[in-house]
Amino acid sequence: MFTALHLAIIAPFIAAVFVPLLYKKIPSIHTGWFVLFVPAILFIYFLQHIPTTSQEGAVTAAFPWVPSLGINFRAYVDGLGLLFALLITGIGALVVLYSIYYLSKKRESLHTFYTFLLMFMGAMLGVVLSDNMIVLYLFWEITSVSSFLLISYWYEREKSLYGALKSMLITVLGGFSMLVGFVLLYSITGTFSIQETIASSSEIVSHDLFLPAMLTILLGAFTKSAQFPFHIWLPDAMEAPTPVSAYLHSATMVKAGIYLVARLTPVFAVSGEWLWLVAGFGITTLFWGSFSAVRQTDLKGILAYSTVSQLGMILSMLGVGAAAFHFQEIDNNLFVGATTAALFHLFNHATFKGSLFMMVGIVDHETGTRDIRNLGGLMTIMPITFTIAAIGSFSMAGLPPFNGFLSKELFFTSMVNITEFQQFNMETFGILFPVVAWIASVFTFIYSMILVFKTFAGPLQKEKLDTKPHEAPFGMLLAPIVLVSLVIVIGFFPNVLSYTIIAPAMASILPSLLQEGQQFEVDIYFWHDWNTELFMTMGVVAAGILLYLGMKKWKGVYKLFPEKLSFNNLYDQTLNKGEVLSQKVMASHMNGFIRNYLVYIFAFVAAALLITMFYKGAFVIDTSGMAPITIYESVLVVVLVASVGVMMFTTSRLTLIIGLGVAGYTVALFFVIFRAPDLALTQLIIETVSVALFLLCFYHLPQIAKNLEPLRFKAGNFIISAAVGITVTLIGISAGSSRMFESISGFFKEYSYKEAGGRNMVNVILVDFRGFDTMLEILVLGIAAAGIFTMIRLRLAGRDEL
Amino acid sequence: MKSNDVILQTVANIVLFIILMFSVFLFFNGHHEPGGGFIGGLMTSSALVLLLLAYDLETVKRILPVDFKLVTAAGLLVAVGTGMGSFFFGAPFLSQTYDYFHFPVLGELELATALIFDVGVYLVVVGITLTIIQTIGEDR
Repeated sequence: MFTALHLAIIAPFIAAVFVPLLYKKIPSIHTGWFVLFVPAILFIYFLQHIPTTSQEGAVTAAFPWVPSLGINFRAYVDGLGLLFALLITGIGALVVLYSIYYLSKKRESLHTFYTFLLMFMGAMLGVVLSDNMIVLYLFWEITSVSSFLLISYWYEREKSLYGALKSMLITVLGGFSMLVGFVLLYSITGTFSIQETIASSSEIVSHDLFLPAMLTILLGAFTKSAQFPFHIWLPDAMEAPTPVSAYLHSATMVKAGIYLVARLTPVFAVSGEWLWLVAGFGITTLFWGSFSAVRQTDLKGILAYSTVSQLGMILSMLGVGAAAFHFQEIDNNLFVGATTAALFHLFNHATFKGSLFMMVGIVDHETGTRDIRNLGGLMTIMPITFTIAAIGSFSMAGLPPFNGFLSKELFFTSMVNITEFQQFNMETFGILFPVVAWIASVFTFIYSMILVFKTFAGPLQKEKLDTKPHEAPFGMLLAPIVLVSLVIVIGFFPNVLSYTIIAPAMASILPSLLQEGQQFEVDIYFWHDWNTELFMTMGVVAAGILLYLGMKKWKGVYKLFPEKLSFNNLYDQTLNKGEVLSQKVMASHMNGFIRNYLVYIFAFVAAALLITMFYKGAFVIDTSGMAPITIYESVLVVVLVASVGVMMFTTSRLTLIIGLGVAGYTVALFFVIFRAPDLALTQLIIETVSVALFLLCFYHLPQIAKNLEPLRFKAGNFIISAAVGITVTLIGISAGSSRMFESISGFFKEYSYKEAGGRNMVNVILVDFRGFDTMLEILVLGIAAAGIFTMIRLRLAGRDEL
Repeated sequence: MKSNDVILQTVANIVLFIILMFSVFLFFNGHHEPGGGFIGGLMTSSALVLLLLAYDLETVKRILPVDFKLVTAAGLLVAVGTGMGSFFFGAPFLSQTYDYFHFPVLGELELATALIFDVGVYLVVVGITLTIIQTIGEDR
């Protein structure tokens, strides 16, 4: 049944249809105002589901799409889906609001922008609320396509196109891989439903295809969520308009991979490979992202790498949270906390990163540059923007009293706890996790400080700015203000979310741990006692301040990594080399000479047939059915061979044509002595006509020389022609020697007069028994005549070259 | 230089009819002896080719003002038509039948529907041969 829930998921698509109409018909009002209603209403609609999901319930509605293939559009709203749906619609509404002030009504083609944005929103809702994997995949690819369109929104800029192509290639690569994974899962369980797959997770773990399915799906999740080393598309995607970067590349699309990992945790998380892969790639990405962010000079570049790093952090927590599956209950289960932390940070990141992107957009909009080398001293000119930047960045750096501090503490807790896990070598190598996490947090602190102080503190460099800077209009500030207010509110009252959003989402990720009527305890608070995590945070701040102040001294570290060894370079080289290589491969065999293609065809035919014959042992000789050889036959064979020999070695074209005629007449004589008068008659006349036509060509076509080049011996040609000749001869002998059943010619002998009233069996077969063949053969003749006529008569000027 | 082809032309005038008769013989004889539409058609065309050799294209066109493309089309139509004809008698496509009839002068003769089909083949063969030869011959 098609329900209101389905309608809610595809509502953005429906709305997208009307956007161009509104843009054209009502040009006086900014199209964004109409669009704003869609996410706002959807947000309110999804809020209504909170009571259901917080009771561990789920809202489901199935709509059959391709039932015969097990593909149903089954909407499934549980805690995890709802968390994402609220993020998508909530931040979606704020981004639309922001974009109304950001994009000019006069200069930009708003209809395309909002159409793509709504497409993306609908696709994202579909990804997080679909229970069917194929439907999920469908929406997943729509997010890739609409993201491609949004990144290349300013399509006249070369960099936008480059970034769009790069993100497309990488995310679609992952998407295909994910599809393979889904199909593998289907072949294990026989269902595309995620919930049913989770229910049968115990049989999946022991299956041979478990590991391939897991790896292919993880590749999809990692590429989408910009994990190391697939993170390279995200910084280039910053060529998109800032609202797009804020929405797609911080809050929603890049979290699709995280959603997938979280959603399939109950299926895969029991294995050690999952824990190591997800946590390992996450922590590597965390470090590499934060380390690379420090060297950026473009504000959006910093935020892009920062997003990469924070996504890695969330993913590492999800990976560590998988350890919880190895304990039966939730009491005293240290590792459940990691999942809590992951979800909490997921939410927090969306709030502060969204606001930071909007802040950068404002700075860009009001000063004309995003380069931190040109910026500075904006604190007094743009006080509200500065406040937004400070709150967002301090939260990102993990400072109290903002929500980032709380999630970072939880993150450290889970990283410290994992070292106590006694399986999968965690007890030996596990120590790497807290160490790398701490170092990465130091870098996070540094780039957060760069973001605030390089932009807003220091001297104002007026001469480097295109426009005179001033505070942004209030409408533009509204959306980031809402987001930073959330940062503060969640910071002070984190438990607002605990049982409404986070606990139900945890129940979706760790379903097997919950007994009947049980609930996860989520209690987030500031003061943890003087424990390791607090000391780690203090260490981060201390080391971060020191390194930030002394940055000039150690910035040379980045020069140790030459540009040639970067992943971007690898990507570019792969594309370039791939193109060059494929061109070379094509040019090497597709060179336009028919003789080369004939060599391929003949060599392939001979090789395929000979190998088949050899492997099947198909060669047989049986001389029992052979007729005795007469003197006439021997003479004719000698004549035939002689004429062929003359044709092969002559250099005169005339001799060649005559030789061909001799061969043809000899064949006619063969027909005579093998008692085929009709064939002999036809062969004689046809041979005469064709020799006459050859002579005609020979005399009238001026570009043909009278004499041939003398035949040069070419070993390759010799081998191939010999192979073809031998193959055909062997097949002929074998076929003649192995008659499997009697010929049907007895029927024709018996019935040609009785049934068809004719004594000439050949003719009766041609016109009566198998008249259909003859009918089509005369059609062939007619077409040939029409072809010759058109080729000669209808030569239009200039056609000759074609 | 205009050469005098009087021997060739005189011989051709006589031989033409012998060849044409032979081709008609081959055509009608096809059901019981070697021959048939294909060979008959080729033989007729070769008679006309002899005419082309002895005279020239314009003369032959004046003697035989026929568009041989239409002959080809007509032949195809006849061949397909005999196939369609069997539908009128509720038989499958291209069903053939025959029977013996008594004619006043000729006596008892066998008439087969396959002969009509063979007429189609004959016409197509004549049509295409002469179309090709005329087309190539005119192309200077």
